[in-house]
Amino acid sequence: MTGFGEELAALPMEELLRVATEAAPDTVERALAREPLDLFDFAALLSPEAGRRLEDLAQRAHALTVQRFGKTVQLYAPLYVSNECVETCTYCAFSRTNPIARKTLTPEQAVAEARLLRARGFRHLLIVSGEHPRHVSPEYLGTILRALAAETPSLSVEVQPQTEEIYREWTAAGAEGLVVYQETYDRDTYARVHLAGKKKDFDWRLATPDRGAAGGMKRLGIGALFGLSDWRQEALRLAAHARYLVRRYWRCFVTVSFPRLRPAEYADTLARHPLADADLARLVCAFRLLLPDVGVVLSTREPAQLRDGLVRLGVTQMSAGSRTEPGGYSAPEVPTGRQFEVSDERTAGEVARTIRELGFDPVWKDWEAALRG
Amino acid sequence: MTDLLRIADREFRSRLLLGTGKFPSLPVMRDALDASGTEIVTVTLRRIDLDSPEPNLLEFVDRDRYLLLPNTSGAEDADDAVRLARLARAAGLSDWVKLEVTPDPRWLLPDPVETLAAAERLVKEGFTVLPYIGADPVLAKRLQEVGCATVMPLGAPIGSNRGLKTRDSIAIILEQAEVPVVVDAGLGAPSHAAEAMEMGADCVLVNTAISVARDPVEMARAFRLGVEAGRAAWRAGRAPERAVGEGAEASSPLTGFLRGTA
Amino acid sequence: MAERSGEILLNGRPRILTPGQSLAQLLVELELDPRWVVAELNGEPLGRDRFGSVTLQPGDRLELVRPVAGG
Ligand code: SF4
Repeated sequence: MTGFGEELAALPMEELLRVATEAAPDTVERALAREPLDLFDFAALLSPEAGRRLEDLAQRAHALTVQRFGKTVQLYAPLYVSNECVETCTYCAFSRTNPIARKTLTPEQAVAEARLLRARGFRHLLIVSGEHPRHVSPEYLGTILRALAAETPSLSVEVQPQTEEIYREWTAAGAEGLVVYQETYDRDTYARVHLAGKKKDFDWRLATPDRGAAGGMKRLGIGALFGLSDWRQEALRLAAHARYLVRRYWRCFVTVSFPRLRPAEYADTLARHPLADADLARLVCAFRLLLPDVGVVLSTREPAQLRDGLVRLGVTQMSAGSRTEPGGYSAPEVPTGRQFEVSDERTAGEVARTIRELGFDPVWKDWEAALRG
Repeated sequence: MTDLLRIADREFRSRLLLGTGKFPSLPVMRDALDASGTEIVTVTLRRIDLDSPEPNLLEFVDRDRYLLLPNTSGAEDADDAVRLARLARAAGLSDWVKLEVTPDPRWLLPDPVETLAAAERLVKEGFTVLPYIGADPVLAKRLQEVGCATVMPLGAPIGSNRGLKTRDSIAIILEQAEVPVVVDAGLGAPSHAAEAMEMGADCVLVNTAISVARDPVEMARAFRLGVEAGRAAWRAGRAPERAVGEGAEASSPLTGFLRGTA
Repeated sequence: MAERSGEILLNGRPRILTPGQSLAQLLVELELDPRWVVAELNGEPLGRDRFGSVTLQPGDRLELVRPVAGG
């Protein structure tokens, strides 16, 4: 069977983009009512015409979300274990040449952070790090996972892409989920923002979820960093990728995310192709219609008011009270470099309260391997 | 743009597969095949009755025009099925096989456990395997994983002519499929075939509904039209249904929060 | 092994074997057109190209099968 690389190359992008930019009212109307939708219906939902139908889109997306997920939002926290990185990504503060204060947590420090998060209610942690083969080696992350697994019911990783064998070791160590964002699905843009290092290899990164699934990961998270390239093209390719993963790895739970560029120290975070709030909302809805069972993840990159509004449209997982530097929850005396500036600065408790006020149930833990935890 | 059906490494214009059983005579069967426009025809292997020789089926099936698809009808377990498939291949019939394992003589419902086991072995031996299955989405995924070229879920028990009784499960199979989906068994009328094609099925297999019709040749033509209509409708993207009666009540606005943001 | 007469099991029924008979010769005797016949000897499928060279032995289990109409 072919991988997503072939499917990506074979996407009829020209025709899809034509629909995504020129769809007539009838086409949008039809896409809104179809079940299931295909990629062309999805494209129609990205069109300017569909922008005028946002409320209708939202009503459909809301109904589908409640039907498939109930009125729940799962809360998770990122746990940054290291900001060491050998890559050169123009949009990221951790990028190799940036003079930020570097730090890699010891397993004991990581456990201390996890305990603070547990005290705040979190049961689902996302281990995040820069990409550094020595400071953040597979063995190091395996040790971290084993140390955290004893006390954390649900662990995911968002770290350097690895081989299937290493993923198998990590799942044995307690990891259940793998998050890897392609950043951009446009090869030219990808080459422009990834200047050096292993990360330049677009295809190796693209096939990472496949290796993760083969290595036993139960949850696969993908996404694109919006602002780098045309948002309609990114959304179409991201949707195709998510749909591919859902079909191929039917035992896995797939999530998508639409992070937008945020200010970051020393980084170039000017959005050349900005994604407006209303268009972000539209993406949440359009993905829900195309892939009713796919989780939609929203981080603290987005402002509070927007996050609250998006809950009812289709977001199923949210981080809260996040720190984006290693050791950030323990509030060290010596500050270390953050990956980006968060926008929603409320505490986890405040976010949970707001979710409840919206009529949803904040869920700290809703997934756990049988007989574990 | 020509709309070809692609199974394994072959392409077909017709999306109607025909079974050859129960026709009133072989000449009628031949004419029905012709009228249906089919390009794939299933056949069965049986012991020769040495006491009363029968006319030869293959003299009535033009092998330049139709791909012969031997089935493993009669197999009650994986061993039977593998044996029949090997025989068909050794006889030069085909290395394509419609895998059927039906230990239940009453409804001829396929055995999922034996079907999966046989599929795995046959794929390893280089067969192009098209398994007949109950409309079970998980089984369909498992069969794709072991390398089957299609999945062939049933619409209703074989020969029942009851139509798409398994509609909801077939919808899930279609949503998840990475190989062509052939709706097999139970389709009793061209409208059933059209319904399956409108849902997005890649093709359908029909036998009794044609062979036991009063006029099989005319019915073959009717199914051809039903399949073509359904396929065209799928490609055209049908207009959505509208709720009648109370309808969907509009709930409070969900996008008001965007006013005031960028 | 010396050729001797005996029985084979043909389609589940005993049949007296003509000594030294090939499968192709048996088919002639049965008035079966080899083009339409599928043969399985002792559980192994037999390609048509081998019909002439295979000599039947006492105790052989031979299945003669052919494609018939079916769904
Ligand atoms: S995006 Fe990831 S790989 Fe790139 S510089 Fe930042 S941490 Fe390193």
